[in-house]
Amino acid sequence: MTRPALHLETDILVIGSGGAGMYAGLEAAGRGAKVLLADRSLIGRGGATVMAMMTVAAAIGEETPDHWKHHYKDTLSAGRGLCNAVLARLLCEEGPQVIRQMDEWGIGWARRDGHIAQVHAPGHDRARCVYVDFLNTGPALSKTLRTVVHKQSGVRRIGDLLIVDLVRSKGAVTGAVALDMTTGDPVTIAARATIVATGGLTRIYRRNSASANMGGDGYALALRAGARLIDMEFVQFFPIGHLAPRMIGLDPIMWDPFRYKLGGRLLNGDMEEFTENYGTVEDGSYVITRDNATYAITKEVEAGRGSPHGGAYLSFMHNSEAELKSAFGPVVDKLKASGIDLTRMPVEVAPIAHYHMGGIAVDERMETGVLGLLAAGEAVGGANGANRLSGNAITEALVFGRRAGRSAAENLERGRVAPDFKLSDAAEALDLVSASGVESAECNTAAILADLQALMSKDVGPFRTQHSLERALSGIARLEQCLGALPVGSPAAFDLARLDWFDLRNMSLVARVVTECALERAESRGAHQREDFPGLLETWRCNQFVTMAHGRPVVSRGPRLADLEAAE
Amino acid sequence: MTGAVASLAIARRDAAGQDITETFEVPFEPGQSVLDGLRWIRVHRDPTLAFRYACLNANACKECMILVDDKVVYACLARLEAREMRLAPLANKPLLRDLVTEIAPPSERLSRAG
Repeated sequence: MTRPALHLETDILVIGSGGAGMYAGLEAAGRGAKVLLADRSLIGRGGATVMAMMTVAAAIGEETPDHWKHHYKDTLSAGRGLCNAVLARLLCEEGPQVIRQMDEWGIGWARRDGHIAQVHAPGHDRARCVYVDFLNTGPALSKTLRTVVHKQSGVRRIGDLLIVDLVRSKGAVTGAVALDMTTGDPVTIAARATIVATGGLTRIYRRNSASANMGGDGYALALRAGARLIDMEFVQFFPIGHLAPRMIGLDPIMWDPFRYKLGGRLLNGDMEEFTENYGTVEDGSYVITRDNATYAITKEVEAGRGSPHGGAYLSFMHNSEAELKSAFGPVVDKLKASGIDLTRMPVEVAPIAHYHMGGIAVDERMETGVLGLLAAGEAVGGANGANRLSGNAITEALVFGRRAGRSAAENLERGRVAPDFKLSDAAEALDLVSASGVESAECNTAAILADLQALMSKDVGPFRTQHSLERALSGIARLEQCLGALPVGSPAAFDLARLDWFDLRNMSLVARVVTECALERAESRGAHQREDFPGLLETWRCNQFVTMAHGRPVVSRGPRLADLEAAE
Repeated sequence: MTGAVASLAIARRDAAGQDITETFEVPFEPGQSVLDGLRWIRVHRDPTLAFRYACLNANACKECMILVDDKVVYACLARLEAREMRLAPLANKPLLRDLVTEIAPPSERLSRAG
């Protein structure tokens, strides 16, 4: 059997150092646990949190009186009848606490007239979303958490560390096998509890708004370790992702804050407003929800009324330069450097993979039901149902991260922990990390990855049919065959071709899971639109779950959800 | 290759530990970044070409710092140009492979964790 080059021991292993992972680590260490915070990128710089240019929803009532129950009601309504009420309530009820905590830690939420400024985002009943100017919410959040984590001596941080598999013993998770990206060597980690905080799966799509490390690896790790996934067919497409002209140095979702502040006009290729034809009158304000806007833009393009690059126009030409400057300061100059003068030209926007509503099924303590395995943040499924309300992702990351860290630490105190890590349980994963497969010249994993992204975008986007989904499944099977059972090349430092192979091992599994769930759900709801089943069906008011059996994902249907009690 | 090309002369370290320069021609489209060019090379020419990046485009992760024509830049912000551009790893950081250097703070590296 392969021996690890290095063995690490910790109380709690946190995989992923975005908002959820860092908060989980802080909370657990604050309760006396020894934490290892691992990330495949640099600590606190990869993932989705750092990319969040937009807003964070919490009923802090600074702009206008508010109560978490109002936020809860909006969250359930956006979720189109599928939200896990317990998780949604937790997000809304504890959201204000983490927003206040971030304020105390010095994040610098934008303020107006002496109070924290809150804007009114689509789907909310009032101004509820906080932010950091200018387009700096995610970077400021990451920086603030990095600083606090740095001062917490109980958190050991290790970047460039790719978790390949969780290690199981008697149905519990006892740690992980990792790949040290700086050498290519295998590393084992013994942990009494493991928290998966790896974010979502947007990388399985060609056009996406998150980091290159969001390939759904946490879902695959949890699934193989015996956990259940929920709602995997619901991928949120952000309707107004930047399309053209080519722009660098800014995230493609940046038009959202522009719309919060300035409204903007969404126009078709004939420069005419069109959302009213799909049920939402905007009239210069920003009210259309994400699923409806994605639908409207896609249908307009299909009808031959798209913009030149196949999207819609977004125009701020009615705003003066002074208005633009006052709202977005330095960003206006950055746009000019890319040749974009908003007073003179519209930009083109189109739906872009943005967030995953589905994920690892957990209870209110963020426990998966597998002893020693918890999840946090976007990696968790269920809180947002079939469609996430804007502003809930960061709130979810922080609230669920804190809760997961607390639960793991409490379990440790009570001795409710995984059994001892044994090297023999890690044998299979260790052998995989050390294995040598075909040379990368024979199997271009970067090209296979691009193929997977293309086929998922084409056939498993927001609009699906039985035909497109079945075509995707055969495409995925073809790619899996191409990849084979062993990683390309041999262990070496920063071998991207080999790292792509390990990513594709997870991405192809997760792509298959999304596609199979989408094929089963014969209705249209929120982010899942079946063109062959256009209506929403009461019989489908249920979640789908995925488990692993004999190396294959198996989809099953949960019980019908009772009418959710609306917030009183 | 028809149309305008950017010629990227990349300092690499081969399997035998020899430092070499390898030149790739990349189709040029106005507005693209050097990182776009590097990613094109991986898909279409050589998947083993190593460079760091996470956020693709947003200049948020700060991982893609390299030398372009001897100047320190972020590959995601540097414009691709239809000429020869010389790409090299940061000179003041330990080299891991090709354009990848050890840029993490020492306290966040495995080698130190033991």
